[in-house]
Amino acid sequence: MEKILEVKNLQTSFFTPEGEVRAVDGVSFDLYRGKTVGLVGESGCGKSVTSLSIMRLIASPPGKIVGGEILYHGKDLLKLPPPEMRKIRGNQISMIFQEPMTSLNPVFTIGNQIVEAIRLHQDLSKSASREKAIEMMKLVGIPAPDKRIDDYPHQLSGGMRQRIMIAMALSCDPEVLIADEPTTALDVTIQAQILDLLKGLQERTGLSILLITHDLGVVAEVADEVVVMYAGKVAERAPTRELFAHPMHPYTKGLLNSIPVLSHDPTGKKKKSRLEPIPGLVPNLLDLPVGCRFQERCRSVEARCKIVEPELLTAAPSHDVRCVLVGGQK
Amino acid sequence: MNREILLSVRNLVKEFPIHGGLLGRKIGALQAVSDVSFDIYKGETLGLVGESGCGKSTLGRCILRLLDPTSGSVKFQGQELTTLGKTELRKLRRSMQIIFQDPFASLNPRMSVEEILGEPIDIHELAPSKEARKKRIFELMDLVGLRKESISRYPHEFSGGQRQRICIARALAVEPQFIVCDEPVSALDVSIQAQILNLLQDLQKELGLTYLFIAHDLKVVEHISTRVAVMYLGKVAEIASGEELYEKPMHPYTKALLSAIPIPDPTYKKDRILLKGDVPSPLNPPSGCYFHPRCPVVQGNCSKDIPQLVAVLGAVDHAVSCHYAKEGPH
Repeated sequence: MEKILEVKNLQTSFFTPEGEVRAVDGVSFDLYRGKTVGLVGESGCGKSVTSLSIMRLIASPPGKIVGGEILYHGKDLLKLPPPEMRKIRGNQISMIFQEPMTSLNPVFTIGNQIVEAIRLHQDLSKSASREKAIEMMKLVGIPAPDKRIDDYPHQLSGGMRQRIMIAMALSCDPEVLIADEPTTALDVTIQAQILDLLKGLQERTGLSILLITHDLGVVAEVADEVVVMYAGKVAERAPTRELFAHPMHPYTKGLLNSIPVLSHDPTGKKKKSRLEPIPGLVPNLLDLPVGCRFQERCRSVEARCKIVEPELLTAAPSHDVRCVLVGGQK
Repeated sequence: MNREILLSVRNLVKEFPIHGGLLGRKIGALQAVSDVSFDIYKGETLGLVGESGCGKSTLGRCILRLLDPTSGSVKFQGQELTTLGKTELRKLRRSMQIIFQDPFASLNPRMSVEEILGEPIDIHELAPSKEARKKRIFELMDLVGLRKESISRYPHEFSGGQRQRICIARALAVEPQFIVCDEPVSALDVSIQAQILNLLQDLQKELGLTYLFIAHDLKVVEHISTRVAVMYLGKVAEIASGEELYEKPMHPYTKALLSAIPIPDPTYKKDRILLKGDVPSPLNPPSGCYFHPRCPVVQGNCSKDIPQLVAVLGAVDHAVSCHYAKEGPH
């Protein structure tokens, strides 16, 4: 398998009047051709900051990528001068955002916006770009694309707008697509359509996807590998089937137990009369406890958890966990 | 089983006028809720699901008279609500409360917890003395799991989950019998969502509350509800006990909705019913059955005749609004 993107020990901080907030604190993972990595975690865990760091879209100040490497075909994106990065961004690596309403410019037609992206990166004439835009709209399943191309964003529904975002992101045939909560703002039936669309496109074009989401159901459906983040660090990392079959980190287990199970669950799981939530709240990144970051909410916390911060170690083949209670840790 | 009807809704219609033209005359009407009837029994939770724009929140607000219904009747313990005057309505608000989706927008940022919880107590004159008022506030905070020390804090000092606890405490301040929960956990992370769902269930048991639980997350609704109603474009498509609905869905829309739920198990491969297109605009609803343009099993008269909500033969508490409703796997 060909490694397309390699994130190594990424560290991104925000410098606030209260101090340095280490939003992403040493995150590593690899993305292979035609595969999907799911980045999961709750709000504030650093998953969006990770994706924005890869695109080098962190607003500076107050943010700054303070360490690590992001290797795209072995080339470190963090060392590229801005014009070089601009050639890659939107062309080889593109991104779709959660909020399809605010990511489209309301005063331009959607055709205008897709054509802009195409002409910025490809040497195509106006009419050829328009043809290409219509083709992309057809690809993402928009009915009558030759008519809809002259519509403004407000004339489209949420699901349609998200399709336009995908069409725009894919218009330059990128190798990597970063999808930040692409279905969170959508209804379930539309979510199913969009996930189906992404899977189909991946099969046809060999696209690699970094999917950022808080929904473990979505991850189970589309990801090949899952990276669970907690308070800026990777808590657990494993192939999807392995992670769901043998979750090891107490946080991952807690997340899975927090989801209600259907009484007629098709996988035969028993319905819970009561959920088992993770107690407490996500810690303040400015005031982290000594030792494990999850200790205050962990059900199996021990004295040693409060002394040293555990390392991310391999507990089973291609299954890494950051917890002292899991085998292999000292 | 002997069940007492707490609230009964009959042929409820809510239209919003559309103004236009030079003089801003009424040029049309949007029917957000069209001809909805159902009962809510004492002590149960009726779940209301549907996609955005299906009228579920409007329905919840019409029941509480936060919006005035265009026609139809709402009876609470036998008392007709739609014709009540202002003073009587205010008295009745003691029995009926609401919790909103966004705990950030539904709390006044300039009021402390004490003021927020004290306001309903003052309005309804529920505390004879200052001491009794304070005691009641502490009681409420304890009930929803907020620490006593936070009584003088302001909303911005709390996390989303804690804010939702304040909203719940505020609703409970007047000792209501019935609470409309309008997407109370949609804005929260899964681990926090589970905490709030457990709290709502505990309170129901302890205080004998009846809920109308509005949400778009089918897993959450099934978990908490006794019965579930599915809405589509302002109409009830199907209503049944939670288990019955999820095990034997009859309406094609319910089936599609259930099949679209992402299941957090990567080994499970489902036969997903992908619906075509988007929810039609309620400004211009389709003829006949509102669902027919997207229905996978559409037949001859679906585009002509409007189906009525009828009881399913041989089933308890199950009604469906489809000419060709068939039981089947989803």
